[in-house]
Amino acid sequence: MTQAERQQWDVVVVGAGGAGLRAAIEAREQGARTAVICKSLFGKAHTVMAEGGIAASMGNANPGDNWQVHFRDTMRGGKFLNQWRMAELHAREAPDRVWELETWGALFDRTKDGRISQRNFGGHEYPRLAHVGDRTGLELIRTLQQKIVSLQQEDKERFGDYEARLKVFQECTVTRVLKDDGRVSGAFCYERESGRFFVLEAPSVILATGGIGKSFKVTSNSWEYTGDGHALALLAGAPLVNMEFVQFHPTGMVWPPSVKGILVTESVRGDGGVLRNSDGKRFMFDYIPDVFREKYAETEEEGDRWYEDPDNNRRPPELLPRDEVARAINSEVKAGRGSPHGGVFLDVSTRMPAEVIRRRLPSMYHQFKELADVDITAEPMEVGPTCHYVMGGVAVESDTAAAVGVPGLYAAGEVAGGMHGSNRLGGNSLSDLLVFGRRAGLSAAQYAAGLGAARPAVADAQVAAAAEEALRPFAAHGAAAGGRPENPYTLHQELQQTMNDLVGIIRREEEMKQALRTLGELRVRTRGAGVEGHRQFNPGWHLALDLRNMLLVSECVARAALERTESRGGHTREDYPDMERDWRRVNLLCRLADPDADEGQIALERTNTEPIRPDLLALFDKEELVKYLAEEELYE
Amino acid sequence: MTTYDASFRVWRGDTAGGGLKDFTVEVNDGEVVLDIIHRLQATQAPDLAVRWNCKAGKCGSCSAEINGRPRLMCMTRMSVFSRDEVITVTPLRAFPVVRDLVTDVSFNYEKAREIPSFVPPPGVAPGDYRMRQEDVDRPQEFRKCIECFLCQDTCHVVRDHEENKAAFAGPRFLMRIAELDMHPLDAAEEAGLDRKRTAQDEHGLGYCNITKCCTEVCPEQIKITDNALIPLKERAVDRKYDPLVWLGNKIGRRRP
Repeated sequence: MTQAERQQWDVVVVGAGGAGLRAAIEAREQGARTAVICKSLFGKAHTVMAEGGIAASMGNANPGDNWQVHFRDTMRGGKFLNQWRMAELHAREAPDRVWELETWGALFDRTKDGRISQRNFGGHEYPRLAHVGDRTGLELIRTLQQKIVSLQQEDKERFGDYEARLKVFQECTVTRVLKDDGRVSGAFCYERESGRFFVLEAPSVILATGGIGKSFKVTSNSWEYTGDGHALALLAGAPLVNMEFVQFHPTGMVWPPSVKGILVTESVRGDGGVLRNSDGKRFMFDYIPDVFREKYAETEEEGDRWYEDPDNNRRPPELLPRDEVARAINSEVKAGRGSPHGGVFLDVSTRMPAEVIRRRLPSMYHQFKELADVDITAEPMEVGPTCHYVMGGVAVESDTAAAVGVPGLYAAGEVAGGMHGSNRLGGNSLSDLLVFGRRAGLSAAQYAAGLGAARPAVADAQVAAAAEEALRPFAAHGAAAGGRPENPYTLHQELQQTMNDLVGIIRREEEMKQALRTLGELRVRTRGAGVEGHRQFNPGWHLALDLRNMLLVSECVARAALERTESRGGHTREDYPDMERDWRRVNLLCRLADPDADEGQIALERTNTEPIRPDLLALFDKEELVKYLAEEELYE
Repeated sequence: MTTYDASFRVWRGDTAGGGLKDFTVEVNDGEVVLDIIHRLQATQAPDLAVRWNCKAGKCGSCSAEINGRPRLMCMTRMSVFSRDEVITVTPLRAFPVVRDLVTDVSFNYEKAREIPSFVPPPGVAPGDYRMRQEDVDRPQEFRKCIECFLCQDTCHVVRDHEENKAAFAGPRFLMRIAELDMHPLDAAEEAGLDRKRTAQDEHGLGYCNITKCCTEVCPEQIKITDNALIPLKERAVDRKYDPLVWLGNKIGRRRP
């Protein structure tokens, strides 16, 4: 019988990126005793890698901006598949969430009159992204981290203990959300340093674990992005939605191989950078889709004028939403017009003085200089698509961030689905983290308080089962004494290659079927994944446990992508290249069917989305809506 | 693409002790030290403990000492070494070892909590904050810090002097005080908090004798000594005599 220490909290937040920290701040300010648990050190979350900025219609750079315009852009970017109420709340609340950061000490770049500067980004009609050079995510994380420290300082003053009401369990991992009679009762965790198990008993658990990029070979995502929250939700009985929509950021580094996939910020294009093929042609002018035709420049001259005079010119097509740009790059490379290392050229060197580049894009300058021996002030970068973000995630109620069907479970940030529809606009992620992080913290705290003393309990049997599951990789190593245990690193590499090759940026039916077969084989082999050594800070063991999550999530992506016979946003089918209006209303929900079946663990369910509220529809021209909505929706 | 075998010596062990272990491992074009450590994990030492996250120089997790020099493993390219050089990777020396290349960096989180937080200006509503870019430039430089703790590791005040740790916040957190002190809207003074005095009296600013070791190892190229610590010393001088500042002024290095 495994002993696991138990602690009691009101709210447990899994993940310490932007959404998790914002949720924790809110829950604690609501009076809930709040525990944050994160796989890395406090302040290292993937959010630090966000570069461009936070989208919020503060109207500092163009007074024409307001939440309605932001809402419209978000819906267009997501090709109208967005959970519209989330998009509405997001657009309405983002400015308050940004201004609040200043009261916690954030220092954004300024306009001439001293307000927060805002920059252009793909798909945003006006300059809208609050930013700090190209390290906005770091500023966001540090500000939230320091706010948490300030709350802990208050508690130290009042209770003599920094951690009386808000504690960060760093370098710890949750492997199971525990339940009692259908409701959340806590989380089963291990500490990396010691390998020790422990249980956080709490009626509210907020998933804020980010994305799934580590299931793909070429990705901008960090080590932590193994789909933990997605898998925890599935295993707890909550459905995932929109999992077929994976964003491939158009500009990742392509050379040298060891840095392939590292992000090159969209700010490069927002600030004037252009894409060229091997003929020197600005090819994006050939790739403006019909739905966006009226909004983008048709000539280079007009596009260039737009930077200075946006009111009388249209924006250059380099600033189309990310899915469009990524597909265009893919096509150019395929047509033999790529750069020497299989990308295209992204050039700022001929567009801005060297000194301006170094000031506006300092980390890009540094990154290329240090890692690729490329001086971006003097020569173009080579870039290509990289797996960047998953639009799909836990199906949630828009206002409360509550997971569908599991009382006490919440999800915010990248792990939640719906907000971005089929494709996320740049800059809408950081604002999403803040808006829905806060809402999740608020709802989770209120729910916990409302239960009073009638809290769900954690049964010993569940703890024992979770412990046994977590120790299985050591048992597999012993059991395989005769044969050879599977190496978790090898399994991971095969999984990444499979997803990259077969469920990547352009998808085909046969390949996805093959991917599902391969995933099934990998799942069987993963049961035999064994690890050497002991439980103290053992990365092989950690990876063996993360594989369960990556395999679950990868199957969701492949299965939903196979089912959706159209192309939309971050889901492109070579065999079904058009966007179909009838598919717009359809959500594919992924649920855990049979956790032990070899053929597959995931069952799909089709649901219809709620009709868009009429006052929100009225923000669009009829001519535009016709491109997205089915006939009967238009006349309802 | 070229490939060769490199000789690595990696410290392996835990709180009970350990030592350098020799490895021969493949290296490909363009790789960094962290790639090689990952290859060791995948092929020779699956339980080799190492912290890392972004592998892009943005999170500050993979700090270690490479041939004795504190560096980020993800930003140290193999091409800076000759092919026959033995590359030695050891954990950060100023912090207790947990396992292999992972150290217990809790010292830094304790110090972070001891620095009084930003004090918002009373009566200024959210959305009404106005600051000029010229005034935020200086504190923004310090906010580039990725908290890799290389400066904390290399600073000679604590590197080989465990006994100084209680009284000394280290360059990263003295820089944090400087940052707040230079924040255009921080209202600490109005609230009765003298940041300069606390830097001197409570966080050990006086221990720093501006040898610039911290600046040299900073992967973000923040001028910690020149732009944060020396100005903080100068500001503190009104309240306390500091011979280094006196000397600095005397020889005309800096004007107060």
